Parts: sequence; structure tokens; C-alpha cells
Amino acid sequence: MANGGDDGDPRLMVSGKALVKRFGGVAAVDGIDVEVRSGEAFGFLGPNGAGKSSTMRMVACVSPRSDGELRVLGMDPDKDGPRIRARIGVVPQLDNLDAELTVRQNLQVYGRYFGLSRAHVRAKAVELMAFAELSDRADDPVDPLSGGMKRRLTIARSMVNDPELMLLDEPTTGLDPQARHLLWGRLYQLKQQGVTLIITTHDMHEAEQLCDRLVVMDGGRIVAEGSPSSLIARYSTREVLELRFAPGEQDGQVSPVADLAERSEVLPDRLLLYTADGEATLEAAHARGVRPVSTLIRRSTLEDVFLRLTGRSLVD
Amino acid sequence: MSTDPVPPARRATGTVVPGWRAMWLRVEGHWAWYRRYWRSSLYSSGIEPLLFLAAMGLGFGSQVEAGPATGGHSYLHYVTPALLVAGAVMSGMGESSFPVLSGFKWQKDYIAVTATPITPGQLLGGQLVWLGIRLTLSGVVYGLVALAFGAWLRHGAVLVVAVGVLAGLACAAPVMALAAATYDEGRRFIVMFRFVMVPIMLFSATFFPIDRIPIALRWLTWISPLWHGNELARAAALGGGDPLAVAGHAAFLLVLFAGGVVLARRLFYRRLVV
Repeated sequence: MANGGDDGDPRLMVSGKALVKRFGGVAAVDGIDVEVRSGEAFGFLGPNGAGKSSTMRMVACVSPRSDGELRVLGMDPDKDGPRIRARIGVVPQLDNLDAELTVRQNLQVYGRYFGLSRAHVRAKAVELMAFAELSDRADDPVDPLSGGMKRRLTIARSMVNDPELMLLDEPTTGLDPQARHLLWGRLYQLKQQGVTLIITTHDMHEAEQLCDRLVVMDGGRIVAEGSPSSLIARYSTREVLELRFAPGEQDGQVSPVADLAERSEVLPDRLLLYTADGEATLEAAHARGVRPVSTLIRRSTLEDVFLRLTGRSLVD
Repeated sequence: MSTDPVPPARRATGTVVPGWRAMWLRVEGHWAWYRRYWRSSLYSSGIEPLLFLAAMGLGFGSQVEAGPATGGHSYLHYVTPALLVAGAVMSGMGESSFPVLSGFKWQKDYIAVTATPITPGQLLGGQLVWLGIRLTLSGVVYGLVALAFGAWLRHGAVLVVAVGVLAGLACAAPVMALAAATYDEGRRFIVMFRFVMVPIMLFSATFFPIDRIPIALRWLTWISPLWHGNELARAAALGGGDPLAVAGHAAFLLVLFAGGVVLARRLFYRRLVV
């Protein structure tokens, strides 16, 4: 028994049954079942307010559950919060670094909270600064660092106790593409080392890149679960044909082609046809005299699944 | 060779640090910051009493005759212990207002700390211990400056530093509770400074004895922690304190501190464990 917890299936890092979190009378998490296994990269997807962060906070042992069962590393967060927190790493949605300390001090001071010796945190800080590509800023204060640097430091800080399980709440939100790719690379490295990752995101590309398995949440419930490819297979078609029409012409073009696809969707600027073979569908549409201004055939993505499951209307 | 498909064992290095040591780690975190700024911090805690002692003790004091109002002592001897306590109460309240609110709201370092094995109660304890250390340091600096002025009469005066720490913490704990219950930008602290701290400074027999305060206002003095601190400090610095009164003043401050800690602890948990 190495990776897992103190009882139950040692391979289960997190297990929740009928998990509920209520704030006042409102259920932010409304009875979810979730299991995360050792070494897995697991994603919580969902629009804002879906209950992702509330779930993460319960797993991080900083928010007691209102109902249901929850075990993290085989332990009960209500009873063993500090013991669990000693073994996990948390990357919050908003950086909460100590702005008045240096990069190095942020890592060292934080490491001490995990009961690590001074010598250990000194060496660990050097190692983590190299990992986060911050070695040349080691003794600079944190405040003037760029957003990407601060994010990298926050992630490095969460690794100071060599966590078995890392909780990353929207790790790349607000970063530029370079910083995002660098972070994805680092997270992939962690996964290779056997660290279990739980990630919340509403960046579908990120979820496809990082997650072995994910759940889509909406309104506090889990609406779908599986690997990115199995979700695409189940909730979307292999390909999507996008047809764009001249302004005002779109409405008349929908009915002639709608039956060519498994599912169609009318957006203000284009028509989406969900189909196994985009090329064939496009030919069939041409044969029916449909003349779009431009066309695009692409593979279905997780974003298509996401929008199908959680709708296109704004949630705030 | 294992055939287990799961990656090789990885065991986190973190452990749970027990109670007092956990609080002390928070102090260590503050110390990391203080090490960078101690010069300016100590300078200001030295320069302020210098100015106050010069202005009140020597300048204003030169106009005050030693008499029954000052217990027969010179005004410098009369006012010096009370100024130390007043300074401690001011910085105790100040350090527990916006800086603590920032831990919850702006800098959010309290949220970072309580994501580790450290609990909200240990975090609060660490804040109070750290504040106690700061108050001790600035009290000692003040004491040395005052010594240079010849403002101390007896060895018992070293206890004035302890009184300052006690009074400062007694006022700090309830303000920390208030900060933990503050969700807006902290306007209530401005109100507190104006309508609580200023009256406390003026009507706590810091600069003149309580019998010069009108009877109708004297209840304000009796409930002021600074007055209890001033009475204790003068008993230590000038002697002649009635043991029963000394015990009463000390008990008032201890009860205020304990009540503040209990309340702050509850509100820290309510704010950080939701």
C-alpha cells in the first residue's frame, strides 16, 4: 500500500458518494459521485457556478461537506483535515503568494508549514525554482513578477511537500499561450512522476491535453463522465461541418440540409452539422443546391460536447 | 520487480506539526519578512517615542509642576510609562485591523496558510504571538530611549514593557475578531480609529489623572483597556500600587484578551472553513 490512503482501496485517492455542499439553502454541489485513482489526471469541467470549486474545496479539506460521503487519501476530511492537507498540494484559482517575500522565501516559508526542516526547504526551494524556471528571480520580491511567473511560483509552492495529490483550480486561466504551454508541460511531467492531478477548467483544450478522465458538471450535478475521446464519441459525432452564409441568407438554407446530419445547430453566423463524414455531407449539401460562402470541416472537440451538455446560454 | 501498473510509490514529505510549533512556524514566516524590514521598523518604533517624550515629557512637561495630580512625580516620570502603553495599544489595534483583513481578503495569505496542515486556530495563535514579539521589541526600544531621558525611577519599570504587551494584545484580539468578520473594504476600521481609539487615547488618564475627567465621562475611562494598562504601568514604574487594584486591572486586561481570542478563533474558523 503505497500511493493510497489509510483504509479502503489504496488506489483510490478521492472517493465521494452523494456528496453535497449547501450554502444557506442553495446546493452548490448537489449529490455527486466521484472517484479518482492514483496516478490519474482527472478533470472537473463546467461553466461558472457549476460547483467545481466547491467540490475542490471539500477535497482540499477547507470546506466541510453538507451531506454524503467523502474520503481523501482514505481519510475523512472532517476528522483528518491536517493529515490530509500535509500530503496534498493546492493551487488556488487566484494566486495568494506572500507579495512582500522573495520567490525563494515564499517557497521556504511555505515548506516549513508542512513540518519540513530548514535544510530540506532550502534545497527544495532551489529545485522548485529550477522546475518553474524562476531561478534567476530567486531573490526578487514576488510583487513585480508577471502573471505567468506568479502562477508558476504558486504551482511550485504547492509542490513543496512532494504531494501525492495535487488540486489545481483553473491553473492556466488568464495566462498567455506561451505561459499556458509551459505549464501544461510541467503538469505533464508531474503526471509522469506518478502525481495524481485533479484539475478544474473551462478551457476544453486544456482538458483534452491534460485529463485522462473527466466529469462535466452543471448546476451542481455531474452530467457526463469519461475520457475526452469517449465523451466525444458518446455526445458528438466524429466530425463537424460548419457552413457560413451571406448575411440574411442563412435561415432559408437550414431545412434543405438538416436531415443530412445526425444533429444540426443554428448559430447567428453559421450552421453546424454534426456528422461522421464531413466531406460526404458537404457534397450532399452542394448536390441540394446549398451554396455557403465558406465551409470548414473539423473534428469534434470536447467543446462541442461541453456546449451540448451545458447549453450555449450564459451562466453567471 | 513489481508488475504493478501503478507508478512507483510516491509518499508526500509533509507532516502535521503539533500545536505550539505550528504557531511558531507562522511567527517564523513573519520573521522572514521582518528580517528585510527590521531597520525601518525599529527606526520608527524608536523615533516615535523619542518625539513623544521630547514633546510631552520635556516640552509640555516643563509647564507642569510636580504635585498631587502627578503623584508628586515630575511630569516626565508620570507620562513615560503611560506613553509606552498607549503606543502598544495603538499598534496592537492598527496591526490587527487592515493587515489582518488583508490576510483574508487582499493578499489572501491566510487562505494559503490554511491550505497546509496549519489550522485557522494555529494561524490566529501565530498572529498573536508575532504581535506580542513586535510589541515587546518596540517596548524595549522605547524603554531604552526613555532611559536615556532619565525617565525611569526604579527597576520595577522593566515590567512596563510586559504591561504594554498585555494591553496591546488585549486590544488586538477583539480587533482581529472584527477583521475576520469584515467582508467590505474595512470602512469600520476608520470609524473604530476615530470613535474608539482616539477617545481611548484621550480619556484613559494617559496625560492627566482620572480625577480630572468629568464624573459623567468617567465610565468611559473605567471601560478603557488603556486606563487599566496605564494604572498597571504606573504602579510598576512609580511604585505604590494597591495590590487589589493591580490585580483588578490585570484581570480586566486578561479577560478582554481571553474573550477576544475566543471570539476571534470562532470567526477565523467561520471565515476560513466554509
